[in-house]
Amino acid sequence: MGAAELAERLASFLTRAAGVPVTVEGLRRLAGGASRETWLFQATVGTEAPRQLVLRRDPGPTSVDSDRAHEYRVLEAMHASGVPVPAVHWLGDDPEPLGARFFVMDYVPGETLARRLLRDAAYERARTSMTGQLGAILARIHSVDVAAHGLGFLPAPHEGRSPAAHELERYEQLYRGLAPEPHPVIELALRWLATRTPDARRRTLVHGDYRIGNVLFDVDGVRAILDWELAHQGDPMEDLGWMCVKAWRFGGALPVGGIGTREDLFAAYTAAGGGAVDPEVVHFWEVFGNMKWAVICIAQARTFLDGGVPSLELASLGRRTAEVEHELLQLMD
Amino acid sequence: MQDRPTILELLAAVREFVTHQVVPVLEGGKQFHARVAANVVGIVERELRDGDEQLRAEWMRLQPLCAEEDDDDPAEEAPPEDPVVLRAAVGALNAELAARIRQGDADTGPLRAAVLAHLRATIDDKLRIANPAYLEHGR
Repeated sequence: MGAAELAERLASFLTRAAGVPVTVEGLRRLAGGASRETWLFQATVGTEAPRQLVLRRDPGPTSVDSDRAHEYRVLEAMHASGVPVPAVHWLGDDPEPLGARFFVMDYVPGETLARRLLRDAAYERARTSMTGQLGAILARIHSVDVAAHGLGFLPAPHEGRSPAAHELERYEQLYRGLAPEPHPVIELALRWLATRTPDARRRTLVHGDYRIGNVLFDVDGVRAILDWELAHQGDPMEDLGWMCVKAWRFGGALPVGGIGTREDLFAAYTAAGGGAVDPEVVHFWEVFGNMKWAVICIAQARTFLDGGVPSLELASLGRRTAEVEHELLQLMD
Repeated sequence: MQDRPTILELLAAVREFVTHQVVPVLEGGKQFHARVAANVVGIVERELRDGDEQLRAEWMRLQPLCAEEDDDDPAEEAPPEDPVVLRAAVGALNAELAARIRQGDADTGPLRAAVLAHLRATIDDKLRIANPAYLEHGR
């Protein structure tokens, strides 16, 4: 389906959904997002002033489960809870109108390229303010009442099971299923993690991919938290540990996305009502995060090796596993 | 025997061409992928140059870590000459080491220290080929 046909179908869907005539202009695809297409367009709803909106669409009609509906409900709940996210407006839970499931949300202007945040002079104020903002926003995310917002459908470990043990089992299974060659460092990390799994003291909503690359920012700092498709219920410390994983520092020296210290992140989290942070538990999740990223690198290279995706980038990720293994050896005592 | 340029000289020429002639005239995703391509050629150059020697050193380090204490067979002293056989032998030794770690043999004690020293040397060698800048600058 070309852009012109997509624009026409989108306009007729929005006209039916809004109950007034809607016109769609300037529809164009934005870069990035292999698992989901992102399109920017200008909509005129009835007699309102034109506004910029974003269409998020599955890559094809084959995605069976309704992840879009889940992500839409999470975004709705986050917006209602004061977490900075784009406001969502319409959900297309039926693939028929646009050929795949989709939703429409506000366009939030800003930058997502972390390299610019680290290097451009224009973002100096953002660099100093963002660590505190990220800690405070995370405290708010973790305070959202999952049941009250109807988010009980989000994946959760069995009652009484440690979320850490649950996540560890998931990634160990993934690793055993795909590794094309033995990885003694990953074996060492799995042993290290298995003997240190923290208890499930507090179970909350977890973003699941809380890192600098999923933050939309401007010169003042955070504008929106993006990419909620890995949201689940679990140990809130998982998000803090993932934020500190070295792969998200883009060459910066500091552990939080290359721009901040763990101490500042934890202090902001606690000051915003997130509760006390046990650095040992976050350290567990940072080691876990590196193991998980190593497994993801192997999985991405595997999609190349299996002949499914002829991508040079995926192929080269296989050779990046060594960087993550190096970091794992540094982190494990 | 083929004439000069050698394989390494040809690969260096390809890498230089992509880096200096192709990358600057491309934009966005294509430019990014051209950079990845030049980087991959660099990996191939370094592995052709140092890969076999690294494999022999890895074999030498792995032998004592995988030897059974009550093993009556004398340990082999030199790595296989044939690079294909050597590669397969290192793969098998790594699988054995992975299994030993998995069953807890390297949780504590002298074997843990020996395994950690071996893995540090191995990962450093992998990085010398995959991304030497990572070892120098940590990125």
